[in-house]
Amino acid sequence: MTHTETVITVSHLYKKFGKFTANDDLNFEVYRGEIFGFLGANGAGKTTAMRILCGLSSPTSGTAMVAGYNVAEQPELVKRNIGYMSQKFSLYEDLTIWENMRLYAGIYGVTGKAFRDRAENLLSELHFLNHRHELIAGLSLGWKQKLAFTVALIHRPAIVFLDEPTGGVDPVTRRQFWEMIYEAAHQGTTIFVTTHYMDEAEYCDRITIMADGKIKALDTPGNLKASMGVETMNEVFVGLTR
Amino acid sequence: MRTLLFLIQKEFLQIFRNKVLLRLMLVLPVVQLIVLVNAATLDMKDNCVIIVDQDGTSMSQGLISKFNASPFFRVLDITPELEPAMKRFRGERIDAILVIPHRMEKDYHRSGSSSVQLLTNAINSTRAQLTYSYTQALVNDYNGQIGIAQSSVTGSPVRVNASWRYWFNPELNYKYYMLPGILVILVTIIGMFMAAINLVREKEMGTLEQINVTPVRRSQFITAKLVPFWMIGMFELALGLIIGKLLYHIPFEGSLVVLFLFAGVYLVAMLALGLLISTSVQTQQQVLFMSYFFLLIFIMMSGLFTPVENMPDWGQAFNRINPLYYFIETMRRVLLKGSGFADILPLLAGVGAIALVALPLAIYSYKKTN
Repeated sequence: MTHTETVITVSHLYKKFGKFTANDDLNFEVYRGEIFGFLGANGAGKTTAMRILCGLSSPTSGTAMVAGYNVAEQPELVKRNIGYMSQKFSLYEDLTIWENMRLYAGIYGVTGKAFRDRAENLLSELHFLNHRHELIAGLSLGWKQKLAFTVALIHRPAIVFLDEPTGGVDPVTRRQFWEMIYEAAHQGTTIFVTTHYMDEAEYCDRITIMADGKIKALDTPGNLKASMGVETMNEVFVGLTR
Repeated sequence: MRTLLFLIQKEFLQIFRNKVLLRLMLVLPVVQLIVLVNAATLDMKDNCVIIVDQDGTSMSQGLISKFNASPFFRVLDITPELEPAMKRFRGERIDAILVIPHRMEKDYHRSGSSSVQLLTNAINSTRAQLTYSYTQALVNDYNGQIGIAQSSVTGSPVRVNASWRYWFNPELNYKYYMLPGILVILVTIIGMFMAAINLVREKEMGTLEQINVTPVRRSQFITAKLVPFWMIGMFELALGLIIGKLLYHIPFEGSLVVLFLFAGVYLVAMLALGLLISTSVQTQQQVLFMSYFFLLIFIMMSGLFTPVENMPDWGQAFNRINPLYYFIETMRRVLLKGSGFADILPLLAGVGAIALVALPLAIYSYKKTN
C-alpha cells in the first residue's frame, strides 16, 4: 500500500507542564489510510501528544495540522473530522448502546434514517444488533471497547485516535478488535493508535517509539527490526526505551 | 439547534433512569415543607414565668390573672419571695421572672404610677425580646383596664389608646412568612446542586472528555445541562405551592404567572452559578463544598430568618448580588401582599442581571481545550 496524502503533520511540537517537558520536539507525518502505531513506556508522552492532536490540549509551541486544520487555532474544526477513543472508557454507562450511538451521531448531524442505517450496519457487523437496547453498564470490557470504537466511527471521521484501546482485553477480543481496525483502515480511515502490546505493533503500517517525551524511532516494523538487527518488536522496544 | 436537542434528550434519559433521584425529588419537598415550616417558627407559646408577688393586693392579683389567661405565658409558680425564684431561674428552663414590688398598689393610688420588674432569660435574645414585648403588651392592657376603672370613679378623662391591625398577614401566622422562604431554598438546592453535581460527575467519569472531542459548542453543552434542571426546579415550585395550599392554606394574593415568570429567571441565574462552580472544580467533593459555602451565605443573608432591613449597610449591599434575597422577597410580596408585575420589576431586574452575568461566565469557564 502506498500512502502519499498526509492527514497529520506535526512539526517541532512541544508540550510543557511547568518544568516538565512531556513532548519534546515531535516531528512526524501520518498518511491517509495508514495504521500509525504510537509506542512508548508509561509516561513517555503518548497520551499527551494524542490529546494535543485531538484538540483537547493546546501545544506549548510548534504546529500540528490534523485533517487540514491547525489544532491550536481551529480545534473545533479538527474535532469535526476525527473520532477519539480515550484510554478511560467514556461512553454513558446509564444509556443503552443505541442511545449512545444516537447521541454521538446527532452531535455530528447524522440523524434520522441516515443514522439508523449507519448504526444498524455497524452493529450488524459486530453481530450485536439484538443487544442495542441494553445498558452499557451491563456489558463486558471487551464489548465496551468494541462499542467505543464503533461510536468513534459513527460519523465516518477521516482519522480515528485510539488510546490503548485493547488494555485489559482478552486475546480473542483483541484479535477481533484489530480486525475492526483493519476494516476501518481498508475503508480509508486513518488509524492513530497507542499500545503496549508488541504483537499489535507488528500489525501497524508504521510505528513511532517514544521515550522521555522524544521520538526515538519512526519506521515500518520490518525496517526497525532490520536496522537494529533483532528478531522481534519486543527487542526493538526494549533497545530503544531502556 | 438539533445538537442541543440531542444533548437535552440524553440528560432527560439519564435523569429519568435514576429512580432513586426521582423518588427523592418527589419526597424531599413534601418532607421539608412539613418539617421545616412547622419547626422554624418564631411564634411563642407557653413562656415559663415565675411571678414574685411581694405586694399581695387586689391590683397584683389582677395582673397575675392577666398572665394566667394569656396563651403566651405559663405561670409556673407564684411566690412572695424573690430568692427561691432566682434559684429556680438559674437552674431550670424558665423564660422570665416578674417581680411585683410590695408597694405597687399603694404607689399607684398615691402618685398615679407604679412599676413592676421583668427579668428575662436572654440566652436566646430573640425569645427574650419577645417575652419582653408580650409582657409589655399585657401590662399596657392591664393599665388600660384599671385606668377605665379609675376614671369611672374619679371622673377624669379616658386616655386615648392606639389600636392596630396587621396587614397582609393579619393573624401574624408565622408559617405564611416562612413557607415562601423555605420553598425558595428547596427549589434552589434541588436545581443548583443537581445540575452542578451532574456536570462535575461527567468530569470524574471521563464522559466529558468524549464530549470535548466532539464539535459540540460550549453554549450548547451548558444549555443542555441547564434546561432539564430548570424544568425540574419549576416543577418543584409548583409542587411546593400545592403542598403549601393544601397543608397550610397559604394565600395566593398575587398572580402565579408573575411568580413563575420570576422563578424562571431566578432559576437561570442560580443554575448558571451552580454550573459555574462545577466548571471551575474537578470533583464532586469540591463542588459540594463550594456550593454549600455560597448557599449558606446566600441563605443567611437573604432575609429568610432575619429582616434584611436590620442588617448593617454592607449586608444590605451584599444582597444586591444575592439571588435568594430577590426570590424570597418576591415570593412573600406576591403570595402575601398581592404585588403585581410592576411592583416586583426592580427585583426581577436584579436577578435578571445576575443571570446575564452568570450564564456567559459559566459558558466561558467551561473549557473544551486545556
